Amino acid sequence: MLIYSFKRFGLALLVALVVSVLSFLLLFLSGDPAVAIAGEDASEQDIQAVREFYGFDRPFLVQYVDWLSGFISGDFGYSYYFNIPVADLILDRIGVTLQLGLAAVILATVVAVPLGVAAAIRPNTLIDRFALFLSVFGQAMPSFWFALVLIVVFSVNLRWLPTSGAETWQHFILPTVVIAYFAMPAIMRLTRGGMMEVLSADYIRTARAKGLQPSRVLFKHALRNAIIPVVSLAAVQFGFMLSGSIVVETIFAINGAGHLAWESINRNDLATVQALILLFAMIYVVINFLADLFNAWLDPRVRVA
Amino acid sequence: MAVTDIPSRQDADPTPGQILVRRALGHRGITIGATLVLAITVLAVLAPVLAAHDPYQQDLFNRLQPPVWHAQGDWGHLLGTDHLGRDYFARMLYGAQISLMIGFGTVLIAGAIGTVLGVAAGYFGGRVDMVVTFLISVRLSTPIVLVSLAVVAIVGGSLQVVVIVLGLLLWDRFAVVMRSSTMQVRGLDYVTAAQAVGCSTTRILVTEIMPNVVNNLIVVTTLEVAHAILLEAVLSFLGLGVQPPTPSWGLMISEGRESLLFDPWLITIPGVALVTLVLAINLLGDGIRDVTSPEGR
Repeated sequence: MLIYSFKRFGLALLVALVVSVLSFLLLFLSGDPAVAIAGEDASEQDIQAVREFYGFDRPFLVQYVDWLSGFISGDFGYSYYFNIPVADLILDRIGVTLQLGLAAVILATVVAVPLGVAAAIRPNTLIDRFALFLSVFGQAMPSFWFALVLIVVFSVNLRWLPTSGAETWQHFILPTVVIAYFAMPAIMRLTRGGMMEVLSADYIRTARAKGLQPSRVLFKHALRNAIIPVVSLAAVQFGFMLSGSIVVETIFAINGAGHLAWESINRNDLATVQALILLFAMIYVVINFLADLFNAWLDPRVRVA
Repeated sequence: MAVTDIPSRQDADPTPGQILVRRALGHRGITIGATLVLAITVLAVLAPVLAAHDPYQQDLFNRLQPPVWHAQGDWGHLLGTDHLGRDYFARMLYGAQISLMIGFGTVLIAGAIGTVLGVAAGYFGGRVDMVVTFLISVRLSTPIVLVSLAVVAIVGGSLQVVVIVLGLLLWDRFAVVMRSSTMQVRGLDYVTAAQAVGCSTTRILVTEIMPNVVNNLIVVTTLEVAHAILLEAVLSFLGLGVQPPTPSWGLMISEGRESLLFDPWLITIPGVALVTLVLAINLLGDGIRDVTSPEGR
């Protein structure tokens, strides 16, 4: 287990390093970042001043190492547009995003797991069809459109919920539903598939033959084994949700990290964009790493591979 | 059983291809999906013929006309007009062209990258496999929407840029699926036989491996076309995809947002079209998987 953990950790670290190089390179995609900051019609002196202020005149590798060591020690650079340190900016915004993501993952799991179990127990019945229908639509519907439809129905027509902002808990209902709806299909399908596989296993037949209560067989024997991959999937989905938050936060005008990403991209605030890309990637890598460890802890077979 | 009851050889032994076609036609997902995809493709291709109006022609005196099923609608503008008086029907048709071009263009790039990486990893194993698996993890850790938004913002939005950016980002599923299906095929007897006879690696890959993983490739291709279409819609909706006045469905939904309150059909129509197209492609992909997978036989 220890060797496995070390291997996984090393791999995660390497992935993180490569992603950091990529997001650093993004800054130079536009050509000269100093020109981008100073503006199109800036004089040569101004551009030179910007170049020196941000250190773009130093060798490439030095800039990268400097940026990365800054990132590790919590100094994410300085926002050109908001004129405050990027770290403060993100710290200020990330809370809402994480809350939203967490609420959505919980909602998605609470709906998808029972649905998947029910569909697996009674395949090809009405409930199975309903579950399939939901998941097929969930994969086909663009999140921004679903959000707008919900706004039209629940905010404009029924006037039950506010359209945008983040002042009260009611503001979070629609965004949470939108994000959760997109995490649901994958969780549901995996629960259903896993449950069906487990239910046909020998030890379930044995448990039934022993005369155990059906509910006990179902929950204690079957679900316990089927849920293992679902837990790591839910964790990974949480990582994807950060990306989904860009769209949802923009539509519902929630001032989180996703909205910040959109703003800073539009304002050409590359330091913030870079930091956010790296941060989102890091969150994904860490969650994935933890999910791997969790799986290995539950299932010794994984450790050998 | 009398000897005459034995059906003629032709009926008794349909070729595997015939069985496949029969199974496909009997599969509801495939028939519905294929019909819809075909219908939308035909509409997109025939757009110049079908559209009575120029999709870019503004008519500020006829702004926000409702579609024909509304009380004030008229047959001149089947789906009404948008906030600049452009014919919505024409824009929808040309929008279908954009969506399909994005979908297929992206998959062409992503499919090429992913298939080469996946087949190489699956066939050669060892170091090659390690490197490819690592690349896949890197790709999966990259937040796809954020990165494509940023790149489009820096480079500038256009159809080509969106296709290239999405193509360079969406190869992961191709690589994952091609890798595992190549691994399954690699150890089979006919591959060993080809190796023993002394066939070149290229020949083995092209004539022995590829034909046997192509089913899975088709399935991933379909699902990724849908994925790419959805992502383009997201990018264009956020203003960092295909640029106005190009009629992209995502962009049209974004423009219709302003009049969400009074003219909800401005977002309903492109939204329903988008859902239909993506749903149809997904049904087709899932159906092909059902029909071609060995367990389904």
